[in-house]
Amino acid sequence: MKYLDEFNDPELAEKLFAEIERTVTRPWAIMEVCGGQTHSIIRNGIDQLLPDEIELIHGPGCPVCVTPLGMIDKALAIAARPGVIFCSFGDMLRVPGSSKDLFRVKSEGGDVRIVYSPLDAVKIAEDNLDREVVFFAIGFETTAPANAMAVHLAEQRGLTNFSVLVSHVLVPPAIAAIAGSSTSRVDGFLAAGHVCSVMGTWQYGPLVEQFGLPIVVTGFEPLDVLEGIRRVVVQLEEGRAELENAYARVVNTDGNLPAQQMVEDVFDVTDRQWRGIGEIPLSGWCLRDRYVDFDAERRFDVGDLDAPESALCRSGEVLQGQIKPNECEAFGEECSPRTPLGATMVSSEGACAAYYQYRRLDGSSVDLVRT
Amino acid sequence: MGAGDAGEPDFEGWSCPLPLRDHDRVVIGHGGGGKLSAELVEHLFLPAFGVAPEVQLHDSAQLDLSGLLEEGRRLAFSTDSFVVRPLFFPGGSIGDLAVNGTVNDVAMSGAQPIALSTGFIIEEGLALATLGRIAEDMGRTAKSADVALATGDTKVVDAGKADGLYINTSGFGIIPDGVDIRPERAAPGDVIVVSGDIGLHGVAVMSKREGLEFGTEIRTDCAPLNGLVADMLSACRDLHVLRDPTRGGLAASLCEIAGAAGLGIEFEETKLPIPAEVAAACSFLGLDAINVANEGNLVAFVPPQSIDDVMAAMHGNEHGRGATVIGTVVEDHPGVVVARTAFGSRRVVDLPLGEQLPRIC
Repeated sequence: MKYLDEFNDPELAEKLFAEIERTVTRPWAIMEVCGGQTHSIIRNGIDQLLPDEIELIHGPGCPVCVTPLGMIDKALAIAARPGVIFCSFGDMLRVPGSSKDLFRVKSEGGDVRIVYSPLDAVKIAEDNLDREVVFFAIGFETTAPANAMAVHLAEQRGLTNFSVLVSHVLVPPAIAAIAGSSTSRVDGFLAAGHVCSVMGTWQYGPLVEQFGLPIVVTGFEPLDVLEGIRRVVVQLEEGRAELENAYARVVNTDGNLPAQQMVEDVFDVTDRQWRGIGEIPLSGWCLRDRYVDFDAERRFDVGDLDAPESALCRSGEVLQGQIKPNECEAFGEECSPRTPLGATMVSSEGACAAYYQYRRLDGSSVDLVRT
Repeated sequence: MGAGDAGEPDFEGWSCPLPLRDHDRVVIGHGGGGKLSAELVEHLFLPAFGVAPEVQLHDSAQLDLSGLLEEGRRLAFSTDSFVVRPLFFPGGSIGDLAVNGTVNDVAMSGAQPIALSTGFIIEEGLALATLGRIAEDMGRTAKSADVALATGDTKVVDAGKADGLYINTSGFGIIPDGVDIRPERAAPGDVIVVSGDIGLHGVAVMSKREGLEFGTEIRTDCAPLNGLVADMLSACRDLHVLRDPTRGGLAASLCEIAGAAGLGIEFEETKLPIPAEVAAACSFLGLDAINVANEGNLVAFVPPQSIDDVMAAMHGNEHGRGATVIGTVVEDHPGVVVARTAFGSRRVVDLPLGEQLPRIC
């Protein structure tokens, strides 16, 4: 419990701010990849306090935000079926599909339940053998081991009424896609600490070499984020591009090997659509063939569902750091947390929602009057 | 199960003061208005509420207001329905909530609550021992708040139609002359005080409901605040606003007051009394303590010249010992609540859209 205070210490933060200020001599754009880091940056106003030279770009690291519309529609279709218990992490319920969200399906009689762990969904399946229990397995590498474990346990226990709707995405291919894009302005990355606690840091060295950009692995508390930024700035100013681990209390090179093994056993690498970005090759996980019986897409025959995204929504450009949320014409107008057009406005980790919630005092484009 | 007891309620040890025929669970007939209903009232509710058996029951309670009307000529009247799962949680039950919730709503007008009505919608199959415990919690809490449970009603619905038990309470009290407490009275320069630790109730209920454990047990703050309000009014009759930040938490209360008053609110995040356990649980669940419900906490807007007196009065009351100044009312950014962070940056605090949703990571 105490770490919360230690990594929120304003005096230490001030020292880090001062050190960054002393180090920086020219403009740099740094992308934090993880939604949890975006949340921490905006909530604590870290971006307001950094020197003007440093621009933070909020990356595609909120798993809720990048889950494609077609996948949400599949979830809605399955959840609406009689006899189905549809289990999901909480913040997925408000993500709009083409016409509604899971909350709406629930209000229309669908049995939609919030769970904190996929293992809870397995328990629900065991307790309801006459019902089909489906878990919405989304997330980055962080949530994958528990999701894999759920499938593994369901198989071990012979549960034939449990399945998973898998929409897993991976961080390194997303970094590669952004760093390799001709429109990218990113000079360096903060990598997501909790993803690396599972996967280790070994996947990131090759990215540093390939793109010549520094990557610093860090955590989510304000001081973690600041230390990550400081280290990226030092590297950039010295003309270096290296992989550094600023989150050594949690992350090592190899990662959590048993967790990786569990994931390897259950999941296979696949191409994935990212909401707002499009398809990134080999950027996700799907169930391996031997677990195909647990694939909800097949069980409920929703594999063909697809849906076009809102033409107004520029969440793709936000996710790639090409515009700030409040530079989108729909921000705060057609699009707000109440009526989100894109998923970046839905999850509290989403860059647009974070801007809407915490930053409406800045900038003339932002309306102060509550509607 | 009292607010001060630790651990699980002892259902096994509970017994009706008089036998309730052969039932140990609520059946549809208990809501039918016949003998079973009468027995439920006579043997379960009246003893639990501390009503003498010789009291004659009518269709309505008849209350003597003589003397009370000399204090003031305006009535504070409030109703609230209690739908909580689970029915028992660390530090309290739906019974404690049902009494304290309405007592506190009435007290936030500066009135001392006089009497409450109690309406029960009971799911068939609820153990009578459970109902008895809850009724006893209500009786005990009402006694500690010095309010009468004056009238009541019981309905029973089919199994599966309610989460065991829903309770509605309504209550009223006389607002003393010269007291005028409402959100529109917030004024620039008002000092904003919270009476104690925030976030306890919501985290206590959620941890029990979801089976989450955080190492230390977090207990609800559920408590009647009418005594605290009386002490505060003795120190300063001109309190501008009182609010108990229940659903939506402190953030919702501040946003509503800022909106109603057409003024800005600024508070210091570092001054919020957030217990370490609550901060840790919120961090773990991806929640924000200022959005989490409280049931024994109030926020007060106090004219600056009276703040020392009010703080002294609060610190002298058991429910105000942790009272802390968190911010002020400003003319800037009307309708908007702004938090100053530990690092000196500022951010807008908004009403949560609906229920707070736990974040995935």
